[in-house]
Amino acid sequence: MGWTTSLLRQVGGVTRLAGQTLVRMFSRPLDVRETVRQLDRIGVGSLNLTNITALFTGMVLALQTAYALGKFGARLYIGEVVALSLVRELGPVLTALMVGGRVGSGIAAEIGSMAVTEQVDAIRSMAADPVRKLVVPRVWATVAMLPLLTVLADGMGIFGGLLIGVFQEGLSPTFYLRRTAQVLTFDDLWLGLAKPVMFAFLIAVIGCYNGLSARGGADGVGQATTHTVYVIAISVLIFDFFITKLFLAL
Amino acid sequence: MGEPVILLRDVAKAFGAKHVLRGVSLEVERGATVALLGASGSGKSVTLKTVNGLIPPDRGEITVLGYPVSTLSEAALAPLRRRVSYLFQGGALFDSMSVFDNVAYPLREHDRLDPAALRERVDELLAMVRLEDAGPLQPSELSGGMRKRVAVARALALEPEIMLYDEPTTGLDPVTGGAIADLIVDLDRRLGVTSLVVTHDIPLVARVAERVVFLHDGAFIFSGSVEAAWREGPDPVREFFAAGGIHA
Repeated sequence: MGWTTSLLRQVGGVTRLAGQTLVRMFSRPLDVRETVRQLDRIGVGSLNLTNITALFTGMVLALQTAYALGKFGARLYIGEVVALSLVRELGPVLTALMVGGRVGSGIAAEIGSMAVTEQVDAIRSMAADPVRKLVVPRVWATVAMLPLLTVLADGMGIFGGLLIGVFQEGLSPTFYLRRTAQVLTFDDLWLGLAKPVMFAFLIAVIGCYNGLSARGGADGVGQATTHTVYVIAISVLIFDFFITKLFLAL
Repeated sequence: MGEPVILLRDVAKAFGAKHVLRGVSLEVERGATVALLGASGSGKSVTLKTVNGLIPPDRGEITVLGYPVSTLSEAALAPLRRRVSYLFQGGALFDSMSVFDNVAYPLREHDRLDPAALRERVDELLAMVRLEDAGPLQPSELSGGMRKRVAVARALALEPEIMLYDEPTTGLDPVTGGAIADLIVDLDRRLGVTSLVVTHDIPLVARVAERVVFLHDGAFIFSGSVEAAWREGPDPVREFFAAGGIHA
């Protein structure tokens, strides 16, 4: 009962905040200064994490693919498999999980601290709108940066695969890159960019919702932060399934 | 007696099984300074937050400056909140902004001042709380007393008609507390600001309040002058004043 109530409250709260945010995202005024500050914190701050994750994922993927394809004498296809897996699936999902953990928890902790020290009430008491002042800049910044981080991560992952393909499997770099370019279609790139936009919205809204809902003191902020990482990880994986299913059906 | 600008009728609020307010009623006239007293956790801050709609009541009517607070949406409360300022217990300064930006926040939000006029107004407000040079500092660099004074400057920025003070002198030394008390009296006399002050500070009550309201077990058990409170009030009220050093 407790778990179900908590789940329903979370889903209801996030959905309501998502609706309020969407309305305000496309109406003036936008707090430009805060949005720029968040772009730096969310995007630049996550760059190393997402790139290192993608580089090693690409390398591991190439190793495993070479092992599996080697059984059928098809090692030449490593580049295709790595590129398709990364661009369509692993790049968007792993980047979202990494950024979701780092950024979502950061947003929940920052806004949670503001909530428990009455700074959010202070915004309301000055006839300002906390959704416009706190949520919208973070959502815009995440929506702008996650696709960029994903593209870079895709590139790093492909580069990781290339390293294994060239130095372990003896493929020529030109051959590897040509096969990669040949296999990727517009649909793959479109799917690979559409997913991060949706994940970004989800990550930022979940982080903001849990931050705004924090109560108590440091303990409340801690709980909001941990809960955010948990909810974001599950939501990204569930949404990934449905988005993939939808795109394949189109 | 001025017209009532804050009206609470049969207001009730519970958090889960805890009934904080059990149908309280209150009238505050324009220009009056009323102290809201009671033990810790008795619901004083909740009462104050219902006045500007930060906490919605479960039952009852709240009317402030003619606005039916208890029935208005968050957006519809905005015009009222421009006229009613709230001084939060811990100051509630924005950690990510300098003192200048904190004080400028409501002005940037609502008044279209040019940069020079904005600076002049913020400097004037900071001078009012004797923090002329604090503008570039971050809230983390301020003492508790300074934070509270910055919060007072921010609360006064929009020249409110009503000030809601939540523990304005808690944690302050007697000199700074006295300065805050002077400021409340000054606002009352000079600008005719109506004040509702939640506090435990008996010297502050004696200095600023024209009337005392005492909250006990979710109900107002006393409403009257400060002198009547410590001379003729019910036991919890007299005990409260006695603990603060004022005996019958």
